Amino acid sequence: MTDLSVPATTPFRPSMLIYDRRYRSMTFQVIVFILVMALAWWLVNNTIRNLAALGKDFNFGFLWQRAGYDIPQTPIPYTSNDTHLRAAAVGLLNTLIVSILGCIAATVVGIIAGVARLSKNWLIARLMTVYVEAFRNVPLLLWILIVFAIFTEVMPPPNAFRGENPTASMILFDNVALTNRYTAIPTLGMTNDPGSLDLGARITISWATLAFAVVLVAGWIARRMIGAWAQQIQDRTGSRPTTWWMSLGVMTVPSLLLIWYFGLHLIPPTLKGFNFTGGLNVQNGLVALWLALTLYTGAFIAEIVRAGILAVSRGQSEAAFALGLRPGRTMNLVILPQALRVIIPPLISQYLNLTKNSSLAIAVGYMDIKGTLGGTTLNQTGRELEAIVLMMGVYLVLSLSISAGMNLFNARVKLKER
Amino acid sequence: MKTSVFLGTVAAATLMAGAGMADTLADVKARGELNCGVNTGLVGFAAPDANGNWTGFDVDICKAVAAAVLGDPAKVKYVPTTGQTRFTALSSGEVDLLARNSTWTFSRDTDLKLDFIGVNYYDGQGFMVRKDLGVTSAKELDGATVCIQTGTTTELNLADYFKANNMTYQPVNIDSNAEGEQQYMAGACDAYTTDASGLAATRAAFADPENHIILPEIISKEPLGPAVRHGDNNWGDIVRWTLYALVAAEEYGITSKNIEELAKSSQNPEVQRLLGVTDDLGAMIGLDKDWAKRAILASGNYGEIFAANIGEQTPIGLARGLNAQWTQGGLMYAMPFR
Repeated sequence: MTDLSVPATTPFRPSMLIYDRRYRSMTFQVIVFILVMALAWWLVNNTIRNLAALGKDFNFGFLWQRAGYDIPQTPIPYTSNDTHLRAAAVGLLNTLIVSILGCIAATVVGIIAGVARLSKNWLIARLMTVYVEAFRNVPLLLWILIVFAIFTEVMPPPNAFRGENPTASMILFDNVALTNRYTAIPTLGMTNDPGSLDLGARITISWATLAFAVVLVAGWIARRMIGAWAQQIQDRTGSRPTTWWMSLGVMTVPSLLLIWYFGLHLIPPTLKGFNFTGGLNVQNGLVALWLALTLYTGAFIAEIVRAGILAVSRGQSEAAFALGLRPGRTMNLVILPQALRVIIPPLISQYLNLTKNSSLAIAVGYMDIKGTLGGTTLNQTGRELEAIVLMMGVYLVLSLSISAGMNLFNARVKLKER
Repeated sequence: MKTSVFLGTVAAATLMAGAGMADTLADVKARGELNCGVNTGLVGFAAPDANGNWTGFDVDICKAVAAAVLGDPAKVKYVPTTGQTRFTALSSGEVDLLARNSTWTFSRDTDLKLDFIGVNYYDGQGFMVRKDLGVTSAKELDGATVCIQTGTTTELNLADYFKANNMTYQPVNIDSNAEGEQQYMAGACDAYTTDASGLAATRAAFADPENHIILPEIISKEPLGPAVRHGDNNWGDIVRWTLYALVAAEEYGITSKNIEELAKSSQNPEVQRLLGVTDDLGAMIGLDKDWAKRAILASGNYGEIFAANIGEQTPIGLARGLNAQWTQGGLMYAMPFR
């Protein structure tokens, strides 16, 4: 015991910083800290020096200058007279549009492919294996370019829809035209337009859209309440009342009434001049990027789903079968809820990947934030550092938001241990 | 100890990086090679041939500068740059000289910290359409889909032109001329717009050039010229006067064929000064006496370079027009060598 108290009384020598276990870890931590700080200092200093040598400053004033260029797809009103800031906002919205569409579609594709790969049907399982392996092992950029090239080279130009005997024709009752530039789809028109709510900065939202949103949310809440009421009756009497027609009613009838009230109808696109007008022209860049991102990320999600299902032990499904549950209900009530716990965390990182991968958009001329802020704006103003720093910030915030949202969801479905 | 050595190295490296920016001539000489930023591929201006050798109107500027500075027109490393990357490549020091049909504008000259040293091609923006479209004027392009290279002045001109004429259009943003060509050929856009010289060069590479027309409207001024970094005036002078030497050579009738003979026999004092027979102009810009002679020998004078790459005898078939000598009614005008 006395041995232990001896070192405390020995005088401190510098060599103890390396040879004495008590100080050694501290020494290395300090050295690493200094090295990291020196590297950071060097990077910052180098940047400042080189900027000074070029006579440039670090200044975000360019964001309020006139942009001067046009953007093909503008979710909010934008003209070339607007500022670079608004152009960046348009780009950000375009990034969000393709990311959200991509995440939803990739999840659907991934779950179907993941479950199908476990199918007992030999052909389906093998087909899904081929899909997963083909998409996982070829770079995303190639898929984007391939899909885009197929659209550009195979689809007819708008001109082919013209004349007495056109070489191409519209599909879905003359409502949709697939061309080598865009997919022309109908827009919604209203005979009884209630006007729009002005959110400022020339962003408006139609009252009709708001009305539908309110009605749908209310319908969803009403459906939950009907479910709870049915559950109550079941708990009390043992027999569950038939509620599907009630649920269907509260979900659809108010919406149908709104459609009738606003006089909602489809306005099909018509060929006028060089292009289709009247409808909505969904650019091939968006479709190609969305399809490629969906199929690529879907392949990864399929593997995650498969792993999640395989992670649920066989005993669970055997027990469910022993209780007499049919395979469909076994999957829905027993296997999937448990598999989700395994699936959600890696799924988050796939969503993040998809969002970040959407920055490949410029390859197909889709103007996302990399195309506007990090492309044309950067090039016209010469503010490389500022634009890149801003973009890094935007992607960081975007990724952290997705992460936070999905973590909340994960907290709800994960195993509650008591 | 370790840390201080490291910090010392870092400090020294930073200082050298800072100092290295200033003297491009010394850098190029030490490297023994000129890094020249060129187009990724625009036939006639800068494009690699089947053997990977770069040829073209802009490439010959690189060769002339390399010949003047290093004594060998082959000592050039060509760095292909897109419309997006070209200025960053120049300002970061990746290239010493940017000869890539870039338009001289106010903001590029000032805010982007470039120095345009002259104009080697006076150009303007035009539109190319298929003949069977039946369009004869750019004013008829209302509602058209237009392919446009992103990050160029043409992108801004296009927006201004359609706005000024109260017309609408659908832009298709593309990254390089090759991509634009592909999109235009596939019919993904009705019109392709870029500098008229670029359109002519692009059309020349088509299998059926006769089925495409370049509309008569020229919607902008596009003075294309080589650019260097702002702040190194001596290097800027060298490139500027190399270009003037090529232009002056044409004016005085000096060609790559007769240059040796003229150096010996010419009694024209201007020619003698230019070729270093009498005065030593090279010393004033840190080069030797024969710098201009070597620059002209590299690919010939301005007229020879024009004729060989983009002139009327080539598939591109551009007339001299504004780019004729000032004595022929054009804008090519070399400052006096004195």
